[in-house]
Amino acid sequence: MDGAVPLFRMEGISKRYGGVRALEKADLEVTAGSIHAILGENGAGKSTLIKTMAGVVAPDEGRMTLDGREVSFASPAAANQAGIVCIFQELSLIPELSVADNIVISDPPKRFGMIDRGAQRRIAEEALARAGASDIHPRALVKDLPLSRRQMVEIAKALARKPRILILDEATSALTAADVAKVFEVLKRLRSEGLALLYISHRMNEIAELADHCTVFRNGRNVASYKAGTKSDNEVVELMIGREYSHIFPPKPAAAPAATPVLEARNLSWADRLDNISLSVRAGEVVGLGGLDGQGQRELLLAFFGVLRGLRGEVLIDGKQASISSPKAASDDGIGMALIPEDRKTEGLMLPMTVRENLSFAALDRLAKGGIIDRAAEQRLIDDMVGLLAIKTAGLDIPVGALSGGNQQKVVIAKWLMRQPRIILLNDPTRGIDVGTKQEIYQLMRKLADQGAAILFYSTDYDELIGCCDRVLVLYDGSVKRELVGADITEHALIASALNIHGEGADMKQGAGA
Amino acid sequence: MKDWRYLLAEQRGTLLALGIFIVMFIIYTTNHPAGFTANVVQTAANKGVLLAFVAMAQTLVVITAGIDLSVGMILLLTNCLASWLVVGTPLETTLGVIAVLAAGLVCGAINGAIVIYGRLQPIVATIATGAVYYGIGLLLRPFPGGSVNEDLADALTGKLFDVIPTSLVALLVVVLVVWVPFSRSEFGRAAYAAGSSETAAYMSGVPIRRGKFIAYALAGVLASVGGLFLTFFTYTGEAAYASGNSYTLFSIAAVVLGGVSLFGGKGSAIGAIFGALAFRTIGDLLFVFDFDPLWQPLFQGVILLIAVSLGAFALFRVRNRLEWFL
Repeated sequence: MDGAVPLFRMEGISKRYGGVRALEKADLEVTAGSIHAILGENGAGKSTLIKTMAGVVAPDEGRMTLDGREVSFASPAAANQAGIVCIFQELSLIPELSVADNIVISDPPKRFGMIDRGAQRRIAEEALARAGASDIHPRALVKDLPLSRRQMVEIAKALARKPRILILDEATSALTAADVAKVFEVLKRLRSEGLALLYISHRMNEIAELADHCTVFRNGRNVASYKAGTKSDNEVVELMIGREYSHIFPPKPAAAPAATPVLEARNLSWADRLDNISLSVRAGEVVGLGGLDGQGQRELLLAFFGVLRGLRGEVLIDGKQASISSPKAASDDGIGMALIPEDRKTEGLMLPMTVRENLSFAALDRLAKGGIIDRAAEQRLIDDMVGLLAIKTAGLDIPVGALSGGNQQKVVIAKWLMRQPRIILLNDPTRGIDVGTKQEIYQLMRKLADQGAAILFYSTDYDELIGCCDRVLVLYDGSVKRELVGADITEHALIASALNIHGEGADMKQGAGA
Repeated sequence: MKDWRYLLAEQRGTLLALGIFIVMFIIYTTNHPAGFTANVVQTAANKGVLLAFVAMAQTLVVITAGIDLSVGMILLLTNCLASWLVVGTPLETTLGVIAVLAAGLVCGAINGAIVIYGRLQPIVATIATGAVYYGIGLLLRPFPGGSVNEDLADALTGKLFDVIPTSLVALLVVVLVVWVPFSRSEFGRAAYAAGSSETAAYMSGVPIRRGKFIAYALAGVLASVGGLFLTFFTYTGEAAYASGNSYTLFSIAAVVLGGVSLFGGKGSAIGAIFGALAFRTIGDLLFVFDFDPLWQPLFQGVILLIAVSLGAFALFRVRNRLEWFL
């Protein structure tokens, strides 16, 4: 591959946003028929680099060449035309349109000036099949699909454009393990067909499996480029964060505390999504929810938080039966529950509003006296939270949408911590955020548990469940299939029970309860 | 799920509007002293199509997540213009009709240009342009008056083969010539995409600006078709401020009745047409039941409220409260 002529080259690319340098004289070479991984923390400049390639932002300086000719893209459409297609981390699907409409959106097949729906259907079916997602109906509306299916549609959409360079920005972050395997096969096939692939992921094992070549970014520059497999994971992480890398997960306490459960569910059922779930979480405990995506984990958290109607079964708080009718009721002092949602952009934050306003929302009733917000108390509490979580922001009065993904997620968490909740529900809180921030979140979770919080933690990342949880409940098709405790929480056990395969002689514990 | 179920889900809003209209129209004709006759249908059609054209115009803009508060005023302006131009020999009349449609196109294009390139909020931009269009209409016709080619007017407001109202045929032609090509073109899809999620559409390389611009411009054309028909019905031009405003507001009501989402990206002009016809039937219902005219606006409002609420019934079945906000 060393002798190959680069298909695409970026030289000395710089980009400033206001006073902040997002990219500084960055270089990149992309070769046809290879998978090139880009690594770096959030804010290292990866997103800006990709947006420059994809025609979303124009660089302040530097040059790009494609096939040796200098190019510049005025819009994503222009980049597409040149054969550069990007699957963005922030999904670019149009919710009210159908899957087929979305797949052909940038260049629909036409007959007599009108869109040829028959051809559109064929293209969509073919693209879905190529992406290994032929279970998705081309007529379904995108807004009706779960996140993991949407991401498959996104991949199909990119393939339908017949790209020469395909960029995947955290494209697997919401996928189930089975889908990831399918996507990897597709990507390897594309590589053999001579495409150049740029792959961005925070999951080291994915990069190890896929990449031929890696480039590490830090502070807007490419700091290292190497052939895949020539550096150890620890070396790579040190390059990324630029400092010594200590163990990522905080130590777990020796034995589970034997307190009465703070949160308990008995025979919880809802529609056809939750089926007879019983579980309990004690103070000081981190209980994980595992399994494939979409097996009812999200619904379970929403059920506790009072979002679902027509719930059957009992929820007990401190051993007493409670009926929680709304998120407001759930977060009231008697219950003290907080939910860190999965989709921070719609359910967690009001993006155009300031960091300060977003932080205060959940705690306004505590900060107000007679309906008037006590500014001094608000400021004290906000200062505490910004300090506790080390939120990096240029100020409290800038829109929260201007922060990086990891810092936005910290704001969501801080917003709920301002109420000092006793029960914390987390719905995949580390999706698409960098290693450094992940580590901070793990440590925070353990710290909150040590201070007496009961934590229920859903994650699609098995490493997290293994590293963070005292117990893990594996859900399958809306019910708890298995409970893993302590040393039994292994990747093998998690995957086997997620697929509902009966492990060889494993100690099966049906249901939950202590 | 099978294909037809997806198709049904796609057309739910339109079918609901059709259902509401049919029920109301049956109640209306069964209580009408003359019953279900060609004349009754013709009168109802002539009243209904005016609002239907304006509602179609409104739909195009609402799909892009905008709103056009100038449609009623474009209707008035083109009505006044038609009362000057659509007269004389067949050739002169034809040129007059073309000029009126072109005027509608220009009005719509101005709206589009201000909203898209001027980046003003549609609501403010079209209030302002609406006032301008009304002002021009008033200058053209300070007093009600003028005339129209009566042969053409009678032909387009009469009956085909003594049965089918010609105005309905005209409506059908406009649907086939304007709405069907638009909704199936790349630009129509761009308009839907921009209304549903403008950032996602931009990222996907969709021609958002052209799609939106064409939607606004065609809305102007459709409103001017309404203006032409208003002239054919009344034989005069009149810049009646209150009438223009009520057309604008009724068009929004008709669009919502027709299952078009005011948040954009969803709905069809066919649904809006049935919404408009249903809305007109509400007014006629009160007439056949011999209501005191004094009570009419109040009852019309209540029935409208009930009809619009029908579309919201789905919310009662929602079991995940987060779906309320989608």
